[in-house]
Amino acid sequence: MNQATPAPFTQAPVTPEARLSLASAAWVVARRDFLAVLFSRAFLFFLLGPLFPVIVGALAGGISGQVQREATSSEIALALDEADSAAMLEARATLRPHLGWMLPHLMPLPQATDAGFDARAFLEQKRGNYAAIVQGTLAQPKLIGTRGQVERWQGTISLIAATAAGTSPSTFPPMQTELVATSASAERGNRIRTAQAAQMLLFLLTMLLAGMVLSNLVEEKANKIIEILAAAIPMDAVFLGKLVAMLGVSFVGIAVWGGVGMALWGLAGDAIVQRTGFDPAALPAPAVGWSWFLALGVLYFAMAYLLLGSLFLTIGAMAATVREVQTLSMPVTMMQLMVFFIAAYTITQPGTPLEMLAIAFPLSSPFAMMARAAMQEALWPHALALVWQTLAVLLIVRGGSKLFRTRVMKSGSAGRGKARRRWFGRVQPG
Amino acid sequence: MDLALGDPSKAGNPAAARPLAIEARGLVKRFDGTLAVDGVDIAVEEGAIYGVLGPNGAGKTTTLRMLLGIIDPDQGVRRVFGHDRPHEIARLIGYLPEERGLYPAMKAIEAIAFMGALRGLPLADGRRRGLELLEQHDLGHAAQRQIRQLSKGMAQTVQLLGTLVHHPRLVVLDEPFSGLDAINQGKLERMIRRLAQEGTTVIFSTHVIHHAERLCESVAIIAGGKVPYAGSVEAARDRIPAQVRLETHAREGAWLAALPADTRHEGDYFMFSLPDGGAEPLLRQLIGGNAGILSLSIERAGLHDAFVHIAGEAAARALAEDSAAEASR
Repeated sequence: MNQATPAPFTQAPVTPEARLSLASAAWVVARRDFLAVLFSRAFLFFLLGPLFPVIVGALAGGISGQVQREATSSEIALALDEADSAAMLEARATLRPHLGWMLPHLMPLPQATDAGFDARAFLEQKRGNYAAIVQGTLAQPKLIGTRGQVERWQGTISLIAATAAGTSPSTFPPMQTELVATSASAERGNRIRTAQAAQMLLFLLTMLLAGMVLSNLVEEKANKIIEILAAAIPMDAVFLGKLVAMLGVSFVGIAVWGGVGMALWGLAGDAIVQRTGFDPAALPAPAVGWSWFLALGVLYFAMAYLLLGSLFLTIGAMAATVREVQTLSMPVTMMQLMVFFIAAYTITQPGTPLEMLAIAFPLSSPFAMMARAAMQEALWPHALALVWQTLAVLLIVRGGSKLFRTRVMKSGSAGRGKARRRWFGRVQPG
Repeated sequence: MDLALGDPSKAGNPAAARPLAIEARGLVKRFDGTLAVDGVDIAVEEGAIYGVLGPNGAGKTTTLRMLLGIIDPDQGVRRVFGHDRPHEIARLIGYLPEERGLYPAMKAIEAIAFMGALRGLPLADGRRRGLELLEQHDLGHAAQRQIRQLSKGMAQTVQLLGTLVHHPRLVVLDEPFSGLDAINQGKLERMIRRLAQEGTTVIFSTHVIHHAERLCESVAIIAGGKVPYAGSVEAARDRIPAQVRLETHAREGAWLAALPADTRHEGDYFMFSLPDGGAEPLLRQLIGGNAGILSLSIERAGLHDAFVHIAGEAAARALAEDSAAEASR
């Protein structure tokens, strides 16, 4: 504190602009938080986080797929004489263009020529990896296997045997086909798939990302910054700034994950579809069209995030430690799961009071409206819903900040101790 | 109780010639039914250095928080530069809370600029002004260092500079000397004086009487959530009559009858309060009675005596304990 060359402290005049607007104040907080999180090492780990379950999932999927393939073998052994076996193989080749994957692989069993070959014992001794064994003749085939395998293959083997014996049609009439784009039933069913996928994605992203807000204010209190913020700007602005910052961070995360996903899709889209059996490109178009649907998806994610985030922020503001935050957030997480399930259930209940309730209740509203965008063409309900959800965010923020000011900003250790006793039923050690 | 605030220049302090930067009447705050602040009245003139003096837990921080709008009073009114809602004039106020805090990962210069931005100062201006302030305080080398890399004293200075970076007209400091070593306490005292010389109003809380006595024109003595005294330091000291210390050659004589009733004998000295008529009549009687005066001194009461007189022994003891605890840290 060298006083050698003091600079005069000039004074600011009292003017109507003597304070920051709510938006400007929130922006100051949002900018600081956004940059602080973005350039932290923790954020890198946060970005990499979702890759671990994907990698583990892919590995586990590959292994389990292999196991599954081996476990559900569709290879059937032929314990027939040589001519009958050849006829069976030829019949299978004949039927293959018409029945394709429905046919089992057939494999003549060398051990069947041994004297005293016992098919039942062969299977029970778990030799080979056959689903069942065919014995007998083409006219009187006998299928030996477990109940499940027998029930699964008896019709098919019978057809192959009949074809081999020449007792089934050897020619098939040419089938003409005509495809229709959709039907009422198909469209509704298909859009339900889109609605479910969108809701699930929205829910996963919200739950994954909104948690970041939880510890935000705890950190602020631990750093003792909170009083500087509370003295300079309204707590509403602090809450809003933090929410917007974390939303921005979430969008960065989604952009990175989305970019990585798109790159992977470009490189190995077909393989991914084959492996997972899920083709996003094959999802039916939503009722409002893809452009609107994506735009609404972004908006509803923002709303779901802000709604849940503002609740989490309020909880974080009340708690003194991360442990307390986790304890308090559990009921909210459970409630969020419940409202998600209700919103998911209402996909098939359009226009019912339950759907209206899901739309009206702020926390389920984004999910219910996302599904509605997939199912119904009207856009104006979305404008109404977004206004309502924005209002709800502001109300929760206002309530949270008021609670914070009245219950948390207390002086001295006595006040803080009492605050904790009120929330947790007993005094927490300092 | 009439809580309406009147003409600032006429309210509260009868000696007030300057307009009031802060005026509070009947501030009451309860936490969970416990009365933390009970009817506080404060009037702070513009450009003054004002101390809020009291032991820990007396209600100093709660009072300052109410004045700043961090919390609202349950009863009473407060005005800062004539505004009922202090957030409306946040740009005019700088606040250093008792519990110091900065973002550990933030660079010193950014921390100052951020605190300025919270008060409406553009970031670029905040960085420029912050660098000037850091250099003035021999901390230019630390501008680009993270807060976590600074010593506690340096971090406290950075926060103080962040409090001042936007040129506030009112600076509120909650226990600003707490945690500072003697050298930095001296620097801070000089800074507070300079701010006041330049017209900035400074209000600070403290439990160390010496700081208030050295710096403040006016104080509010606060104990148990009440303010038994708010006014000039001089008037507080005048509440206790000056103490006369008399040393005489003679031990007996008629002159003894001239001494006031509260006279006590301490060693070679007679101690008593200066009579209402002043020292002159007494001197005449002592000389006339052949007291053989060796020395006579009139000592004015200090702020500590005034504090004991006004707030009571218990509050004074608490204050002394807080000061001792602070000194031992």
